[in-house]
Amino acid sequence: MASSEEDGSVEEKENNNKKRSKSAIATAWLTFYNITMTAGWLVLAVAMARFYIQKGNHRGLYKSISRTLKFFQTFALLEVRASFLRIFMVWFVANSIKQIQNEESVVLFLVVWTVTEITRYSFYTFSLLNHLPYFIKWARYNMFIVMYPLGVAGELITIYTALPYVRKSGMFSMRLPNKYNVSFDYYIFLIIVMLSYIPLFPQLYFHMLRQRRKVLHGEVIVEKDD
Amino acid sequence: MKHYEVEILDAKTKDKLCFLDKVEPNATIGEIKSMFHKTHPQWYPARQSIRLDPKGKSLKDEDVLQQLPVGTTATFYFRDLGAQISWVTVFLTEYAGPLVIYLLFYFRVPFIYAPKYDFTTSKHWVVHLACMCHSFHYVKRLLETLFVHRFSHGTMPLRNIFKNCAYYWGFAAWMAYYINHPLYTPPIYGEQQVTLALVIFLFCQIGNFSIHITLRNLRPPGSKTRKIPYPTKNPFTWIFLLVSCPNYTYELGSWVSFTMMTQCLPVAFFTFVGFVQMTVWAKGKHRSYLKEFRDYPPLRSPILPFVL
Repeated sequence: MASSEEDGSVEEKENNNKKRSKSAIATAWLTFYNITMTAGWLVLAVAMARFYIQKGNHRGLYKSISRTLKFFQTFALLEVRASFLRIFMVWFVANSIKQIQNEESVVLFLVVWTVTEITRYSFYTFSLLNHLPYFIKWARYNMFIVMYPLGVAGELITIYTALPYVRKSGMFSMRLPNKYNVSFDYYIFLIIVMLSYIPLFPQLYFHMLRQRRKVLHGEVIVEKDD
Repeated sequence: MKHYEVEILDAKTKDKLCFLDKVEPNATIGEIKSMFHKTHPQWYPARQSIRLDPKGKSLKDEDVLQQLPVGTTATFYFRDLGAQISWVTVFLTEYAGPLVIYLLFYFRVPFIYAPKYDFTTSKHWVVHLACMCHSFHYVKRLLETLFVHRFSHGTMPLRNIFKNCAYYWGFAAWMAYYINHPLYTPPIYGEQQVTLALVIFLFCQIGNFSIHITLRNLRPPGSKTRKIPYPTKNPFTWIFLLVSCPNYTYELGSWVSFTMMTQCLPVAFFTFVGFVQMTVWAKGKHRSYLKEFRDYPPLRSPILPFVL
């Protein structure tokens, strides 16, 4: 407090306070948001576990959690980055193509997303509160090594399984002739989406590996010095 | 005459890359780049960025050594701009593509449409007109690149040619596929719509060309000077009263009219994307004009009169 008095003019102090309160609001919102998302994905995880314990198999699992899933995933639209593919998978594949909802591949990516998101949001939450337990950091930077490939497998298999139904129903597609002189084949679009994993997934994966080396490697050095 | 000593350090690692002694005080950065190139043949002058400060702006080739804020031992920092390619090469490649690609679809070469349509021609006259307009447009661009434009920069990074060609060639193929499709539907309002579109298209082509000529005449051959463009006796240039970059305004008009002529959604989409990009460029150019010239006409907008 002493330093801001030395700074002099009242105006400057007011501006500093405004800046401080703006970032305080931002931090508060982020903390709330991340706690909410952690809770949401925990709810999903519990729901999926309960369903499986009671029923013994995964039939109808997707349907039972679909409302919660749609809510939390759409809410995460606030995070533009990771959202696009997830939104696409939830609304345009899983939701629209009922026949694939009981596939194992759907359970696979749902489990992966749940584990990944709980880890990710707890990581953000604790970081914001400046109290990050090491095991959360460890989880965030190690789980992905297995989770990412499993998630990708689940997503790709799901899309692949959906293809024949898309072909047969002609959903989301537009044919010639029409007055806009354009056509769209959802079947081909899905194939392009699958192919796009080839460049995108390695980029993401190696980025996370590099982050991991930076974060965990740095940590190791400090411990050695102690 | 006192000679200078010049040392060139790597901007990132600060390693000493080159030491030149007995450099003339009136040597230009361009000449220093040539000397640096001799000691490091892999870094031709076009890919060298020489600055006074590791994080500062690049010095210009025309800057003279003794007019820079350096002592008799000058220290410069070097950054590699990566492989470079000339603007002319990029323009010629990116414009030749759409010209050829569109014609492949127009003549319905095999493997594009069903085999029974191979080498057939459309029964709609608007399709022939569209082909003529599209081809005319890109021939005009190629000729302007060779004979009209005077470029400020000689080169751009090599990766740009792949990006730019993917954009132009990709969109050309996408548009041409539908316009020349056997199941193409001609515009709703028929001849009226097409004729109006053609008139606007020609107007904008002439306008765009007029602006390019005016801008060329602002700049003497071989120079890189910048001056404020003003309306001339040519009525197509009177738009300079209201707009900083009327070449983009006319270009937008050309593509809007082509969309109207073909009534094709991919063309509309291409027009929109082009509009966004040209607006970004126009705003940038407008801002540099304002920064460089105190007496810049206040009535002008970047690309759309009064609006944008």
